[in-house]
Amino acid sequence: MKKHDHLKVADYPLSENRPDLIRTRTGKPLDAITVEALQSGTASMDDLRITKDSLLMQAEIAEAAGRPRLGSNFERAAEMVDVPQDVLLQAYELLRPGRAKAKSELLEAAATFRNTYKAERVAAFLEEAAEVYERRGLFQFRY
Amino acid sequence: MDDSAKPSVPTGANPIGANPIGANRWRRFADWDDRPLRLDRFAAEDPQNGFAAFTSPNDPKPGLEIVGGRVVSLDGKAEADFDMIDLFIARHHIDPEIAPQAMAMPSAELARMLVDYHIPRTALTRLAHGLTPAKLAGVVAQLNAMEIAFAYSKMRARKTPGNQGHVTNAKDDPLQLAADAATAVAFGFDEIETTQRVARNAWSNAVACAVGGAVGRWGTLFQCSSEEAEELQIGMAGFSSYAETVSVYGTERAFIDGDDTPWSKAFLAAAYASRGIKMRCTSGAGSELLMGFHESKSLLYLEARCLCLQRAMGVQGTQNGGIDGAPVTSTVPGGVRELMAENLLAVWLDLECASGNDARHSESEIRVGAKILPLLIAGSDLICSGFGTIKAYDNSFNPSSFNGEEMEDFLVLQRDFEADGGLIPVDETKVLDVRGRGLDAISAVFEELGLSQPTPAMKASVLVASGSEETESYTPRDVSIISDAIKARGITVVDVILALHKRGFVEEAANLLNVVKLRVSGDYLQTSAVVRDGKVISAVNDPNDYAGPGTGYRLAEARRQEINHIRDVLDRESVLRDQNRHAKAENRRIVYRDLGPAEAGNDPTEIVIGISPAFGLKIFQTTAGHSLAALLKEMIAGIRAKGGKPRVVRFRHTADTSFLGLSAAGVAGSGVGIGIQAKGTAVIHQRGRLPHNNLELFSNAPITQLDHYRRMGENAAIYAKGEIPDPVVVPTHGEAMGARFHAQTALIYAIETSLTVEGAKPENIEIKLLEGAA
Repeated sequence: MKKHDHLKVADYPLSENRPDLIRTRTGKPLDAITVEALQSGTASMDDLRITKDSLLMQAEIAEAAGRPRLGSNFERAAEMVDVPQDVLLQAYELLRPGRAKAKSELLEAAATFRNTYKAERVAAFLEEAAEVYERRGLFQFRY
Repeated sequence: MDDSAKPSVPTGANPIGANPIGANRWRRFADWDDRPLRLDRFAAEDPQNGFAAFTSPNDPKPGLEIVGGRVVSLDGKAEADFDMIDLFIARHHIDPEIAPQAMAMPSAELARMLVDYHIPRTALTRLAHGLTPAKLAGVVAQLNAMEIAFAYSKMRARKTPGNQGHVTNAKDDPLQLAADAATAVAFGFDEIETTQRVARNAWSNAVACAVGGAVGRWGTLFQCSSEEAEELQIGMAGFSSYAETVSVYGTERAFIDGDDTPWSKAFLAAAYASRGIKMRCTSGAGSELLMGFHESKSLLYLEARCLCLQRAMGVQGTQNGGIDGAPVTSTVPGGVRELMAENLLAVWLDLECASGNDARHSESEIRVGAKILPLLIAGSDLICSGFGTIKAYDNSFNPSSFNGEEMEDFLVLQRDFEADGGLIPVDETKVLDVRGRGLDAISAVFEELGLSQPTPAMKASVLVASGSEETESYTPRDVSIISDAIKARGITVVDVILALHKRGFVEEAANLLNVVKLRVSGDYLQTSAVVRDGKVISAVNDPNDYAGPGTGYRLAEARRQEINHIRDVLDRESVLRDQNRHAKAENRRIVYRDLGPAEAGNDPTEIVIGISPAFGLKIFQTTAGHSLAALLKEMIAGIRAKGGKPRVVRFRHTADTSFLGLSAAGVAGSGVGIGIQAKGTAVIHQRGRLPHNNLELFSNAPITQLDHYRRMGENAAIYAKGEIPDPVVVPTHGEAMGARFHAQTALIYAIETSLTVEGAKPENIEIKLLEGAA
């Protein structure tokens, strides 16, 4: 699945040093994204979104630069790239204090991320939140 | 201060000696009452109520227990008692591999390592992965303010310093936003940030700043601070490129009242990254205090918790250093030092730091200047996490430490200290140019997308307006209609790019596209990333490698020249040019005729006026702006009024006032002479005295008036009679004369000294005053 060696600090910035690795969501190289391409319709807003691959590569670079936590954030983000905006915002809302009335709501959301979006890390993160929220009494009514 | 300590009499207005009710108060306190500083209120140190900067008896002792890779106790608290912040830190910040070694190191040793340039930054950022909040806070608390600044300079993540500015206005006027965004870009801001007075205007603000920010160069990152979900949507539409309103707090109750948890914020952080948007968190001392849940802990300890949380969440950076809590933090003893210390904690934890200097912490300009200086000379990823690029009243966040009004003060501080605060001066022509371009671009976009048709009068008013009080442009309601339409029609950055291109704004279209394209590779999501000269620089490819003098960030000569290029700088040519402008008028007032060598006189009433080498030849005006003809006219009239006989002699062997005066006295029949330089500095001297022991000296030429020169003439004639006159007093009002005049004075004096000839003999000068000599 991975088409490159483990990335190093020297590969960064990828857009300059490894443009061969960067493709837009529709598979175009960066230099194909021009105003003219937008005009003719050969490129669109879809080509201006980050990709799962880019985030995973940036996670490797963050690791290599001694920033493992930043790398983990990019890995969670990679899993969210294809999650629709409203699903993301609903999950965020559910994570706010008192929104979920029971642990099961967060666990259900975790299951959706795991099963529908193959977002294993995000799912584990939601499950951890469920456990902590229960422990700290955050399923209380707030408004 | 207790109100009862205020005087019971009207302050500052009592005439001296008329103190009928015998107020026993030194009037200086009344002077102090009137200073802006006294608008600031100060708070007593009171740890129980949260008013303690560095330490509180309720702060925990540092401590950490790990069993089988699991944190079972953190800063004296057992796992069973962990609140959600402790839990998040224990699970996601503490690296069990590093922690035992790091926690075993004495705090004093870690403190010394922070200021020891032999210890590489990376060794310290690695150790931080294993340090608890109490330990981190305890270490930086050992450093004094200078050591904190130095450590910050060594520990900050990106080598090249930068700056961020607010672009907002009181009307949410998109025309002004576009013009002001273009202006901010020209001044060099790496990031610009907007927000709105009316929440629904966010979309209009976003489009206006994105378009204005594309004028002149590409790469200025842009944030539209608004409600969390809306902000993310605006980012999704491609208008904004970073976010920083993701606040975290150091106590559980404050966090919950902030309507979030570490998990919800960490989720949001990943969500931003998944949309290719750069993000940092916000924290800073005083927020828990303002929110009423401080647990009687010190400000620094609570902020250490916030910062460990942020690293744990995996965000690349923070804006801290008080932020909205800076004013309250600055009310306590050591509060400003605490703000510096928490910036240091951020960079020690390897976070990008937008280092506060945001909400204005004081009404005193001295306190503001003093607060910025350590970070200015240390350098910072973004020295201000919101420099007000607009006027204070247009700042929809809050007035900043520095606002549009004080922009030039900041530029001069950079030049004074040869320190890079991320900005460069811009000349008047260029500013008008970019403002006009920004206005035309946003107008074209509005017209092309059928959003609105700004009139030429609206644009003209915005072009030159310093702030929104001077514009005849959109009202907040007009803006709401535009903003609603942008949102409802789902207009994206692609529509805006195409509109720009279609209307001939080819460069701006490409610039805007380049910023949006950043998100494809995600390079700018790494720590401390900004765009300079079309390239992403961050802590990864531009790491701060400070290792002692001569290393780390140094001003390159080209950058130094840019920073130095403030407006209205004097040089020899400009001084001569200025004087030459007066030459023509002066020639209509006076004629100097050289009569040959000047011998000693023998008339006991004779007073010699000794003029300097450039007097009336190269220099025609005093620094107070008086024509030399008028000066001589008054001085001669004064001498005559008291029975003296004036003679004008030019000396070329010296340009020094004292020696001019003594030489003049030497050839005067009375033994009394006046020495005068072309810039207006004068002395009354007497034969036989030591050079610097004169009768009267007038060194403050810039405030010496014609009447003073007349009275000098009178006094010289009185001295000649052997009497003692009232010395002429030129009153000052405490003007910083040196600041105002010394550059000019030194340049003029250099012109005088360049005309001196060693051993030159004095020459009699006949002067003829013409009609115009006032």
